[in-house]
Amino acid sequence: MTGEAELATPTGTPEFFDALLEDDPNELYENAPCGYLSTRPDGTIVKVNQTFLTWTGFRRDELVGRRRLQDLLAVGDRIFYETHYAPLLRMQGMVREIAVDVVLSSGERLPVLANSVLKRDAGGEPMVVRTVLFDARERRSYERELVAARQRAEAAEARARELAQTLQSTFMPPVALDIPGLDVAGAYHPAGDGSEVGGDFYDVFPTGRGTHAVVLGDVSGKGADAAVVTALARHVVRAEVFHRPSPAGVLGVLHEAVRRAYPERFCTAVLVEVAAGDDVVLTVCAAGHHLPVKTDGTRVDRLGAAGTILGMLDETHLQDRRYSLEAGETVVLYTDGVAEARRGREFFGDRRIETLVAGGAGRPAAEVAEGLAAAAIDFQDGRPRDDIAVVALRRPS
Amino acid sequence: MGVAERNNVVVGGRPDGTPIVFAHGFGCDQNMWRYVEPAFRPSFRTVLFDYVGAGRSERSAYDAERYSTLGGYARDVVEICEELDLSDVVFVGHSVSAMVGVLAYLDDPARFKALVMVGPSPRYIDDDGYTGGFGRADIDELLDSLESNYLGWSTAIAPLIMGNADRPELGAELTESFCRTDPDIQKRFARATFLSDNRADLARVAVPTLVLQCSDDVIAPVSVGEYVHRQIPGSRFVQLDATGHCPNLSAPKETIAAIEAFLAGL
Repeated sequence: MTGEAELATPTGTPEFFDALLEDDPNELYENAPCGYLSTRPDGTIVKVNQTFLTWTGFRRDELVGRRRLQDLLAVGDRIFYETHYAPLLRMQGMVREIAVDVVLSSGERLPVLANSVLKRDAGGEPMVVRTVLFDARERRSYERELVAARQRAEAAEARARELAQTLQSTFMPPVALDIPGLDVAGAYHPAGDGSEVGGDFYDVFPTGRGTHAVVLGDVSGKGADAAVVTALARHVVRAEVFHRPSPAGVLGVLHEAVRRAYPERFCTAVLVEVAAGDDVVLTVCAAGHHLPVKTDGTRVDRLGAAGTILGMLDETHLQDRRYSLEAGETVVLYTDGVAEARRGREFFGDRRIETLVAGGAGRPAAEVAEGLAAAAIDFQDGRPRDDIAVVALRRPS
Repeated sequence: MGVAERNNVVVGGRPDGTPIVFAHGFGCDQNMWRYVEPAFRPSFRTVLFDYVGAGRSERSAYDAERYSTLGGYARDVVEICEELDLSDVVFVGHSVSAMVGVLAYLDDPARFKALVMVGPSPRYIDDDGYTGGFGRADIDELLDSLESNYLGWSTAIAPLIMGNADRPELGAELTESFCRTDPDIQKRFARATFLSDNRADLARVAVPTLVLQCSDDVIAPVSVGEYVHRQIPGSRFVQLDATGHCPNLSAPKETIAAIEAFLAGL
C-alpha cells in the first residue's frame, strides 16, 4: 500500500555515517563540484578551493595574494568585468550567471558561469567578494550554437526578404508606364513587412497592333506557390495579347492555362485594351475581379461585366465591353487589397474608393494611384494585411 | 518628447549653483555616480542623465546611425545643456564619457567652464608609437563576450527581482535597469567606444581640465592617462590610489576630494 520506496541506506547504518563524516565542511569546500574564490573588493584572490586549482592548473601560492580574479579572465571578458561585473557587484551586492572564460595555466580557456556576492563589514564598507564558478563548457557550446542559429536565421530571413522583393518586382513593369496621349501610373504595396511575395500583379504594354494592354490581377494565396501562378498569368497575358484582339479571349486562355497547370489555384484579373487615337476606346473584360471605376469628377461608372474567376470552374463567362474615354476622365483598376482593407469589422469598400477616385479626377494618374493605395493602408493603421495594387489611367483635358 | 525625458535627466543641488554634469560611461547608467553626485549638491547644480539606449532613457529615441559614433553621444550632452539652458558647465565624464565631454566641448565651447576626465582614453587600440592597451582582436573578443552574455544582459529577458537584504536602500528598481540594455545597443556602444580614435581632438581643449587616473586600470592604463595629460595644454593630472576602472564606485571619497580640490582652484 505504500507509495514510497524505502531508502537503500537507512539513516542509522555505518555506511550513512561514513558518508556524512567524509563530507565535513572543509572537504565540501575544497572538493565541491564548483570553483570557489574569495577576493578583496579590488579582485585580489585571498582564498581558493582545490577544485578551482585542479581545473586551472595553478598552484595556490601562484594565486593567493598575487593575482586578481580579472587577471585570470580573457581580455574581452576583463573589459566586461570592469564595465559591468564590478559595477553591478558594487551597486547591488551580487551578480549571477555571468558567462566568462578563465585562462588556465596552460593558456587554454575554460568557459564558466560565475555568481558573486559582496560581503560588507559592520560599517558598510566592502570587505570580501565570494565567487562560485561553474564549469560551463557544454552549456557554452550549446549557447554558442544558439547564437549562431539566431544569426543564421536572421541572415536567412534577410535573404528570403530580398528574394521575395526581387520576385515581386518582376510582377510589375520595370519601367515607367507609358501609353502615348494618356497619363498612366501604377502603385504597389506588399502585405505586412514585405517579407513574403504576394499574388498581385499588373502590366502595361503595347499589343503590336497600335493599341496597348493594361492588365491587373490577383492570384489566390501568397508565397512561392502563388508566385509561380502569378508569373504564369503575367506571361500568358503578354503572349496571348499579341494575336488575340479580344481581352475576353486572352483571359479565356489564361483560365485554361491555370486550370490545367495548377488545379488548386485560381486568379482574378481585369484586362483592358486601350486604343488611343483621336478617340480613346477601352475594351474591358473583368474575370472575377472588382470592376474598374471611371469618373470625370462628378459621374462614377463601373466598366465591364462581372465575369467568372479564372482557373476555378469548367465553364467561363467572359465578355468584352467597349467604352470611350473622354478628355478629363480617369479609369482606376485595383485589387481586393484596397476594397477589402479592414479596420475592425469595417471594410474600406467600393463606396470609399469611388469617392476618392472621383475626388482625384483631374489630378495626375500617379497621385490618384498612390493616393488610393495610401488611403487603404492608413485605413488599416499602416500595416496592410493583403497586397495592394492600383493602376490609374487618365486622358488629360 | 523633450530632451529631459529622452535622456532621463535628473537635476539636483542648488538651482543657482554652477552646473556640474555627470556622464556615465559604457556599460551602465547614471547610477555610476550614486556615491559621488550627492557630495556636490550643497554648492552646485547637479545634472545626471542616461545616454539614449542606456538606463531609463527613452528607448524609442534610439537611432542606430547617430549612436554608432561618439559624436552622437556628444550631441546628447550638448542638447541636454541647451534644454536646461546651462552655461559655465563643469563636465565630469567617466571612462568613454571623458572623450564624449571633449567632443561636446568642441561642439559648443562657450558653454563649458571645465572638464573632469575620469579614466580617459582617446584610443583603446594600440597604434604606431602609441599604446592604448588593446589589440583589435581583444576588442573583437569583447564584442563576442557581450554576445555570450546575451541571455544574462538582455532586457528582452524579464529581469529577476533580486533582494538587496544587505543594502535595502538600493531597492529593486535599480537591479532592473542598471547595466541592462538591448544587446544590439550595447554592442554598438562598445564599437563606438573601443574603435574610437580622438587623439587629435585633445590638443584643441582650451578649458581647465583634470585627468583623474586610477592605479592598475586595465581599460585606461596610467600611460594613456599621462598621454591625455600631455596632449591637453595646461591640464592637471591626479593619480588616485583607487584601483580598477570605476573609482566613482570603489573610491568615491577620494574621487570627490580630487574633483573638489580641482574646482576650488579654478
